Amino acid sequence: MSTDPKFEFLCRMGDNALVLGHRVSEWCGTAPVLEEDIALANMALDLIGQTQLWLGMAGEVEGAGRDADKLAFHRDVWDFRNVLLVEQPNGDFGQTMMRQFLFDAWHLAQLTALIDSSDKEIAAIAEKSAKEVTYHLERSSDTVIGLGDGTEESHRRMQAALDLLWPYVGEMFLGDDVDAAMKDAGIAPDPAILRAGYDQLVGDTLAAATLTKPEDDFAHRGGKSGARHSEHLGHMLTQMQWLQRAYPDATW
Amino acid sequence: MYAQMIKSTGKGIKSLDEMDPEERAFQERINAGGKIEPKDWMPDGYRKNLIRQIGQHAHSEIVGQLPEGNWITRAPTLERKAILLAKVQDEAGHGLYLYCAAETLGVTRDQMTRDLLSGKMKYSSIFNYPTLTWADMGAVGWLVDGAAIMNQVPLQRTSYGPYARAMVRICKEESFHQRQGFDIMMKMAKGTEAQRKMAQDALNRFWFPALMMFGPSDKDSVHSAQSMAWKIKMNTNDELRQKFVDETVPQAEYLGLTIPDETLKFNGETGHYDFAEPDWEEFFQVLKGNGPCNTERLAARNKAWDEGRWVREGLLAHAEKKRSRQMAAE
Repeated sequence: MSTDPKFEFLCRMGDNALVLGHRVSEWCGTAPVLEEDIALANMALDLIGQTQLWLGMAGEVEGAGRDADKLAFHRDVWDFRNVLLVEQPNGDFGQTMMRQFLFDAWHLAQLTALIDSSDKEIAAIAEKSAKEVTYHLERSSDTVIGLGDGTEESHRRMQAALDLLWPYVGEMFLGDDVDAAMKDAGIAPDPAILRAGYDQLVGDTLAAATLTKPEDDFAHRGGKSGARHSEHLGHMLTQMQWLQRAYPDATW
Repeated sequence: MYAQMIKSTGKGIKSLDEMDPEERAFQERINAGGKIEPKDWMPDGYRKNLIRQIGQHAHSEIVGQLPEGNWITRAPTLERKAILLAKVQDEAGHGLYLYCAAETLGVTRDQMTRDLLSGKMKYSSIFNYPTLTWADMGAVGWLVDGAAIMNQVPLQRTSYGPYARAMVRICKEESFHQRQGFDIMMKMAKGTEAQRKMAQDALNRFWFPALMMFGPSDKDSVHSAQSMAWKIKMNTNDELRQKFVDETVPQAEYLGLTIPDETLKFNGETGHYDFAEPDWEEFFQVLKGNGPCNTERLAARNKAWDEGRWVREGLLAHAEKKRSRQMAAE
């Protein structure tokens, strides 16, 4: 495994998209209403497309002959670099949409910053992705507001989802050596600088949703470094990677 | 074909002379190739038949997401995953257009959904078969979508305007689905020994169920004549089945796969392939609810609907609150 910070950074972007895209795709055919089936599939499709770009570039940067598929289907848990938030299980529809909203709000801020990256290829991927994610955020925030400010039951479920997922928000803004190297090279922003804008946007949305942001800002960590993923990721990979692992000689 | 055994509500076919002036004008318009639009007069039987047929087609698209959704999370490459997601998304979209087309006949999507969930309305028998290996994603695209196209292409000329127009877009997308299915089959059939085995196994399991999609033989199909007079059915079941077999056999040969029918052979006199009938007893059992996956498919739809209730109610309540707030502000 390469320790090139740019490779690590690209894996972080790609794995976030891959893991969340996979999670969203688990909803196929079982959403609360047909329009949501279509919207969820659309979002999963965008995220898988972004995965191909980020991991494809990661493979090129690494220069070890691994392409996006090799990275997606032949790494084990400890080599995944997604934040813990996106690997959390779908739960009910409210939990899925809360996870989506909390991620989208960071994702759009990150991609918007990356459009100014000194790396032209990263800037181009970010520009394309930001267009898609603008729509994801619009939709997830509308849904969080609609369900938060809906019935008593929908409000209760959305508050429970927020309480459950809030401890996974902080990790997106915690910098490490990889982030410092990206910042120094002008490739990516310091994660911490995105926090104020995020808090503003999330605060406004949660207020409109009549939901209460948890007071404790404790943050679980270990996803983007790969040091300690949750137990959930391994189960996801056993399903996602099964065919490639069971039939390593095959092409599909 | 996603509509099977649609019961005709007409009482046999009347001649033009037996019809009252309204019905005669309606039939003459159809005979001349004209379209019937939602606000036009139409016989009750025509309306009811179409609701059943379009509804069954819509439900098939919705239930049809499940056997393919079964493999989205196990798709072997990112590209295959994206293609399969796009395909299943198209199917949900087809369901949506078709429900809209049916709604122009005076039924609501909620009512049709309730009838699907209670088992009162049917969906195509084919979606009650399990998808067991990745090759099944190929076989479903190649055979199931291939069979559906046979029926849907002529339905672009059907007499009911909204249905015909929905079918134009659906057919474009279905032909992409069939091609992607064949592409998966090609990779599998030309792949490793294990992949070839999966491909042959998928063909073995899906061949006869695909033939059943066209419905029973013409001699046993009691409802066809009226539907054909109304041009809501454009070809007989046997015509379409024959066309499907004639087109599919050379494709199987190209793939190097064997169709599981020892009697299959080209008939030089007719210019068509002779082939064995599917097991119609199995077909009727599947329609009665005794297919391998009927229980799971209906349970999955019911679970999704029941567990989604709070979401639908929540969003409706919010829309209502928003409206009240806007009115108060004005």
